[in-house]
Amino acid sequence: MSEIRIQAEDFDPGAEIAALGNGKGTAGAIASFIGLVRSDNGLTAMTLDHYPGMCESEIAAHAAEARRRWPILALRIVHRVGRLTPGERIVFVGVASSHRQAAFQAAEFLMDYLKTHAPFWKLEERGSGATWVEARLADDESVKRWL
Amino acid sequence: MSGGPNRRAPHRAGSRGRHEFTAVKLLYFAWVRQKIGISHEDLTPPASVTTVAALVDLLRRRGPGYEAAFRDVKLLRVAVNQQHTGFESPIGPDDEIAFFPPVTGG
Repeated sequence: MSEIRIQAEDFDPGAEIAALGNGKGTAGAIASFIGLVRSDNGLTAMTLDHYPGMCESEIAAHAAEARRRWPILALRIVHRVGRLTPGERIVFVGVASSHRQAAFQAAEFLMDYLKTHAPFWKLEERGSGATWVEARLADDESVKRWL
Repeated sequence: MSGGPNRRAPHRAGSRGRHEFTAVKLLYFAWVRQKIGISHEDLTPPASVTTVAALVDLLRRRGPGYEAAFRDVKLLRVAVNQQHTGFESPIGPDDEIAFFPPVTGG
């Protein structure tokens, strides 16, 4: 089961994690990641722009690739869009597998691809105005380890 | 925001007769949209425009906003029919072509 959602509303991390357990006792490990808005350098808000349709298909393609690489029992990705303030949740990635290594690795793989391939853009607001976040070279480097 | 999940299978330019070239759908995101001033438009390029790069040359001449957005294509990324691709990529009738900066989600 893969669930991928793009939404303006907040999500409940506990409910997302609970939904990853299938109740059959086959999942021995759930790894989850939650990304939050940081208040770096006086950031007051961040607006997530996205390409509807392509976001879902890009993430689905990487979820399918993760399933080819690791024995994943369940996978959930939630990404928020719209205007968010520091401390708010941006993204949830959760993976259930029989063992922890697959769950950890698949969650990291999915986050690396999400950051470098899924068509989202961040507009940061500070007292001085609003600026679009530039892509980080470190994220491009990070994704290369999965090639 | 336009776009929508109107999924289409990617196809190669030339798979249909060039004389039938109809409008392509253009989408702009993030600062590309801000510089151009619109989020989407339909455009019927001349038959000689068969690649993304040729389309960019055409768009660049449409006004100062376009000129600013397409000044340095190294800063831009492109998707054809919702698939990441390069500027050398062929384009064909009814393609959905999106221009945007490198992505920064997550």
